[in-house]
Amino acid sequence: MSENKEKMITVYIMGKAYEVPFGLTIMKAMEYAGYRFIRGSGCRAGFCGACATVYRNKGEYKFQTALACQATAEDGMYLAQLPFVPANRKEYDIAMINPEKNVLSEYYPEINRCVSCNTCTKSCPQELDVMYYIQAAIRGDYGEVSKLSFDCIQCGLCAARCPAEITHYHVAQLARRIYGKYHLQIPEHLLKRIEDIDAGKFDNEIGKLKKMGMKELKEEYTSRTIEKIQRGEVTQ
Amino acid sequence: MKIPYFPGCTLKATAKSFEVSGIAVGKELGIEFVEMPRWNCCGTVYSLATDDLMHQLAPVRNLAVVESDMEENRVVSFCSMCYNTLRQANNLVINDPEKLKTINEFMDTEKDYRGGVEPLHLLQVLGEVGTKEMEKRVKKPLTGLKLVPYYGCTLVRPEDVSIDDPRDPSIMEEIMKAMGADIIDIEYKTECCGSYQTITNRDAVVERTRKIIESAREAGGDVIILSCPLCDFNLEDRQREVREKYHGFIEMPVLYFTQLMALAMGLEDKAGFEGNQIDPRPLLEERGLLEG
Amino acid sequence: MELKIGYDDKNLALMKEVEEISGQPVMLCYQCGKCSSSCPMADDMDYLPNQVMKFIQIGATEKILEGNTPWICAECFNCTVECPKGIDIAAVMEALRLSILRKNIDVLRIESIAEEEIEDLPPIALVAAMRKLTG
Repeated sequence: MSENKEKMITVYIMGKAYEVPFGLTIMKAMEYAGYRFIRGSGCRAGFCGACATVYRNKGEYKFQTALACQATAEDGMYLAQLPFVPANRKEYDIAMINPEKNVLSEYYPEINRCVSCNTCTKSCPQELDVMYYIQAAIRGDYGEVSKLSFDCIQCGLCAARCPAEITHYHVAQLARRIYGKYHLQIPEHLLKRIEDIDAGKFDNEIGKLKKMGMKELKEEYTSRTIEKIQRGEVTQ
Repeated sequence: MKIPYFPGCTLKATAKSFEVSGIAVGKELGIEFVEMPRWNCCGTVYSLATDDLMHQLAPVRNLAVVESDMEENRVVSFCSMCYNTLRQANNLVINDPEKLKTINEFMDTEKDYRGGVEPLHLLQVLGEVGTKEMEKRVKKPLTGLKLVPYYGCTLVRPEDVSIDDPRDPSIMEEIMKAMGADIIDIEYKTECCGSYQTITNRDAVVERTRKIIESAREAGGDVIILSCPLCDFNLEDRQREVREKYHGFIEMPVLYFTQLMALAMGLEDKAGFEGNQIDPRPLLEERGLLEG
Repeated sequence: MELKIGYDDKNLALMKEVEEISGQPVMLCYQCGKCSSSCPMADDMDYLPNQVMKFIQIGATEKILEGNTPWICAECFNCTVECPKGIDIAAVMEALRLSILRKNIDVLRIESIAEEEIEDLPPIALVAAMRKLTG
């Protein structure tokens, strides 16, 4: 540690200053400072959406949002962790829905309170056009909501920041479910694959995998062939 | 003529027949409505508070998008409420540069709006084409059909956004006369349908609907024509409740004026009559304007 | 009917708030009544628009707030167009609504609208009602 002395930065966690090494994510910086995440952390790889966080950079007025496992801690940052964003989530039976009506407005009428301030879009760590998918939801355009919200990881930052108190991601999830069930065709290749599985075509292979040890399994995994799929090729 | 087009939410939802018929009629008259690449709800009701810029964001953001993304410096709405809100918000920011500056600074993801867009209503654009041009396109004159134009509030009030004489507008009448129809005038022509009170004071709206429809009926009208999807909902859909409450009440079809323009111009497949709550087709068949 | 007249701090505060939010000179009203005679929703109001104007002028705050007038107003602008003194009365009604809504009170409880009813309502009705009746 002597010659490779790490560059240290100062961060303020809930108002208290801590020295932490430069280069850590916000989550690791907080752990380095002694905080332990019981809730508000998950995959640590930017996919699960559990570690939504808010911060401010030194000398900036902007209120920033990020995933704590992805954003790097910088000198002078003011940090806090959001354990959870309370959300309005309706219970529904997707099979009982009338897709001809605007079910999004029916279950989440507060979407009509949107003032187009765009704060949701600015707060999205996935860089989605959140405001425009809520706008599409107001007019019941399930396809557009699905398209614009597809990469949502439900971190809840949009809902935490919305002045109209909308729970955007649950609206979008309902839209995608309706779109998937009622508007998209079931892909033929999927039907064929299910048929193959039912006919026992892969039973041998699965059986082999089940018998493998951990080492063998890892080797098998790293040496597997990956099919290259062009972006957008499998949208239908 | 190419003109940027702001559809508004309801024309994409429950008032599709207005959009489809309006675009078809425009095409017939040489107008191409170019839909904005991105747009948000206009806000539907203009905020009248001096200190409520949050509720001006929706209309002003749309105007900023027209200015930055579209080739023309005008934008047309078919929906009367969209027109009114965009127009009033535009007047506000043009006359108050301080407010515009605050809004622009807040909307830091858009290019600054400079106040260079003119919001128009479809009736104004059709007015530019002129009734002589329209007459030439008429294939099936609406002879003998007695139309009752209903402007409601937002096309004519407040006065500084009125598309015509605020107390006695006639632009819809002139266009429909060019389509060969007869016009019936009623005292409720520019009176409110009750607007959003349809949610919180439904009975009051049902009562207004009864008054307006009965007045149109007594004056000898066949059909109400209008250009606002909220007026349409109140005057058309709420007639069912009037009928339940008042025995002997006779329903009257309520149509977007563009639906009947489409019919007159031989574009009946774009008129969208099948989507109306009160089916106008039996009446139109009886008058020989539609094949049975 | 008991009517409390007078300017205590609370009454003055509402008058000032209404004038500030609306930007309208409420004191100019001379009770001609044209706003009320042109109001399409007057039948359903506890107090007519001209009465509300008077209540603001004389500081009868409680009367205004116990009545339904600003919540029945549909913002049709008839009163605004008719007023001979050029007062935008629709804006005064907006200010009265905001004096309540800004206290985080929703007059329209969104959860109270039946789901089956929303199914049939056009977006234009929902957006308008929520803008005017929720804070």
